[in-house]
Amino acid sequence: MKRFLAFVSKEFKHILRDYRTLLILFGMPIAQILLFGFAITNEIKDAKIAILDFSKDNTTQEISNKILSSGYFLLYKNLSSTRDIEPAFKEGIIKEVIIFEPEFGKNLEKSKLANIQIIADASDPNLANMLIGYTSSIILDYQKDLLKGKTLPPIINTDIKMLFNPNLKSVFMFVPGLMAVILLLVSAMMTSISIAKEKELGTMEILLVSPLNPLQIIVGKVVPYFFISLINYIIIIILAKNVFLVPITGSIILLILESVLFLLTSLSLGILISTISNNQQTALMISISALMLPAIILSGYIFPVENMPLPLQVISNIIPAKWFIIIVRGIMLKGVSFSYIVTETAVLAGMTLFFVLLSIKKFKIRLE
Amino acid sequence: MQNNFIIESENLTKKFGHFTAVDAISFSVKPGEIFGFLGANGAGKTTAMRMLCGLSIPTSGKATVAGFDVYKQTEQIKKNIGYMSQKFSLYDDLTITENINFYGGIYGLSKSKLKEKTEYLLDLLKIPEMHTGKLLVSLPLGWKQKLAFSVAIIHEPKIVFLDEPTGGVDPITRRQFWDMIYEASHNGVTVFVTTHYMDEAEYCNRVSMMVDGRIASLDTPYNLKKEYNAGNMHEVFVKIARGR
Amino acid sequence: MIPLIFFMPVLQLLVLSNAATYEIKNIKFNIVDYDQSHFSRELISKFTASNYFVLNDVSFSVENSEESFKKNQAKLIIHIPKDFEKNFRSQGLSGVQLVINAEDGSAAGIINNYALNITRDLNIDMAVESSVMPEPVPMINIDYSNWYNSELDYITYMVPGILVVLVTMIGTFLSGMNVVKEKEIGTIEQLNVSPIKKYQFITGKLMPFWFIGIGELAFGLLIGIIVFKIPMLGSPLIIFMLASVYMFVVLGMGLLISTLTNTQQQAMFIAWFFLVLFILMGGIFTPVESMPAWAQAIAYFNPVAQFNRAMRMIMLKGSGFKDVLPTLYFFIVYASVMMSLAVWRYRKTES
Repeated sequence: MKRFLAFVSKEFKHILRDYRTLLILFGMPIAQILLFGFAITNEIKDAKIAILDFSKDNTTQEISNKILSSGYFLLYKNLSSTRDIEPAFKEGIIKEVIIFEPEFGKNLEKSKLANIQIIADASDPNLANMLIGYTSSIILDYQKDLLKGKTLPPIINTDIKMLFNPNLKSVFMFVPGLMAVILLLVSAMMTSISIAKEKELGTMEILLVSPLNPLQIIVGKVVPYFFISLINYIIIIILAKNVFLVPITGSIILLILESVLFLLTSLSLGILISTISNNQQTALMISISALMLPAIILSGYIFPVENMPLPLQVISNIIPAKWFIIIVRGIMLKGVSFSYIVTETAVLAGMTLFFVLLSIKKFKIRLE
Repeated sequence: MQNNFIIESENLTKKFGHFTAVDAISFSVKPGEIFGFLGANGAGKTTAMRMLCGLSIPTSGKATVAGFDVYKQTEQIKKNIGYMSQKFSLYDDLTITENINFYGGIYGLSKSKLKEKTEYLLDLLKIPEMHTGKLLVSLPLGWKQKLAFSVAIIHEPKIVFLDEPTGGVDPITRRQFWDMIYEASHNGVTVFVTTHYMDEAEYCNRVSMMVDGRIASLDTPYNLKKEYNAGNMHEVFVKIARGR
Repeated sequence: MIPLIFFMPVLQLLVLSNAATYEIKNIKFNIVDYDQSHFSRELISKFTASNYFVLNDVSFSVENSEESFKKNQAKLIIHIPKDFEKNFRSQGLSGVQLVINAEDGSAAGIINNYALNITRDLNIDMAVESSVMPEPVPMINIDYSNWYNSELDYITYMVPGILVVLVTMIGTFLSGMNVVKEKEIGTIEQLNVSPIKKYQFITGKLMPFWFIGIGELAFGLLIGIIVFKIPMLGSPLIIFMLASVYMFVVLGMGLLISTLTNTQQQAMFIAWFFLVLFILMGGIFTPVESMPAWAQAIAYFNPVAQFNRAMRMIMLKGSGFKDVLPTLYFFIVYASVMMSLAVWRYRKTES
């Protein structure tokens, strides 16, 4: 035990001495959660538009004002002819053009029908969808005002209830994924690099010749990163809960237990990677291409898995982060109990066992 | 097997698939002896040494190190040996004292023993007080190499295995390094050293010449030179390698 | 190295362009219909008939239905209360409740939009059917058109952005890792004894990476156009002109990072850290317009955002040289600042 402690204390010295890496390890989750919480929203703000008003009467002025005072749009310029539309879009600044037909006000009053055309720059389809949605709902609002006091046709009201995330905050969706990525980064990537480093420098031989047994060496390597992951994890939870008010509706004990399970999965992956790589660069490359990128892209962290084409959905099943994210979203946002996440937990546990067995096998072959 | 040998090997063999890296080598080493293991790169020196250290299980043959069997008692062997590899084996991002404490720690030295040893080593290596708190990376290679050797015998092992310990070191430091080896041997430590510097072979009590996994010749440097009618060990080696 | 260089863009384009989609189809929904009227069935059939929605389950309790949210089986519950039809007929006003699983806020917003469109359609149908209007009311007819990508195809949208990510990552990592690697092995000493000027030496070192970056871009563009059928309305020449300066921004960034670090691992981490920030705030996956004003201001100084915008402008909208001129100026200034910072830092570390 004393020997083991001497080993662990050496590991901590390595980590604490490399303050640049340490800064990144702790800075990364904080910066990302702040970014997701403050900078990436699901609302449009100050989108620049152009207006082509052939009518220039009171009604069009009123509608324009209503649109521009909403806070969603900013008038970049007034156009005077349809020929101006194309160059205006090509300049790359405006995202939408609103066109009022000639005699708009008169038409609305006399023939009770006036036309507005909205042209959106759909080179960003998501944005185009949102812009059109926002603009037309403002116009419909205006129309509703016109109808005041008049007899209306029967109408169905739609009452919307947003469950689990009433304000549609994107940070709710990102926090679980961020946890997964950070745990992977610190536990799997850092562990694999630090073991590969001993191999690269040749100190691994010395350790193997010493009375420490291989298990102690591996566990000793893992322990410090286990703690760093845990600290990171706690920082994420505290920030999420207190700054961005992400709820933890389910059992916090269950959440922690599941996270520890995923931590073990990550650590076992890190050990596995280190058994197949002999230097830091290989470990780094394998970690990034086989762990980090899939965990970011295919796990549902940023892009929902169910929207992906079928082959990618199938591939996503072998990514541990995907299962962890489902678990965390379930517990934090939906307050599910263990019975809802038995399958996901079993998959993670199975993966962990598999990785551990595989590492032991690989490690034995190396010793032969 | 008799007990007056500290390392005994009988037909020790290691195969990797069809390739025989070490081919039935037999030899014995007396306590306190400086035993040289010489040969070109790829002659099987490192593989043989790894088997004796318990890092690699032999394919066939028998061997004991400090009286322990290399098949079954590797854990006991590890407690009785020190090891220094051809790669530099200390941590660059730890200080001198931290390195000493770490190696002492994993060999289970007590706190007071560790303190005593640290003072002794710093004095022996003539490392000024002001340097002990500095990271190792700032030290010249020669000092690091001497420190690595001192650390390898910090737990007073019966045997120390040195795998190409003087690679890349200047001649003066190499000479000082061998002085340290002599002193260790004088204190009763058996030194098992591999090298491909033939001049270093002269410093050994006995030398075994390895060629293609086999021991081609084993004797004192004096006898070898006489037998092969050579002026120095380098000539001996060339003649052995050619005369095959 | 060579296979990797060609393999990477293909893989990135294939996986990212397909994975990075917010396009939502086949939204599974549950029905809780307490009314069981002709009218409620008509509402439901409107949903099942649309391309966006797929019926998952019919039950008679909202609570039970919400369970399927927890099991990740459905995203939307249509809750039709009792007397839905009766109220409509007698009072001219009736209500339906849509319960949406809003874990994913942006998806929830889109589902909401789709669902509202359907109920609005139903309202218009009803208005026509009932034709009880005592007098004609003023109506504003809104006509939409989506220019430059009328099908709202996400792959068209993603490919230019992915190429930007690709070029940026390759450039930063190659230059960042290479110089620090020399520092680690010690071959950087060679620099100090060489008689040629430092900035010349550094530029010389960076040239291969510059060519690799431009080569990757060309290769990626080819794949985008041939395999993914992405339009190329503008001139590829303008793209390469911009890219040739942009590469220096990226290489300068990598070089600066490598002067600030001692090991490849540190360089990798720091490069990774900044790339993630730049890319997330680059308007590649989420529009810049959906950031708060302060973040939009920062985004203006983000080279990734600038290049991404320019790529989409040229490829999808056919913007010309004049349109991207401000971006070009921006890159020239940015590249000079980055490179001189890097060279200056470089000298400092050496002495």
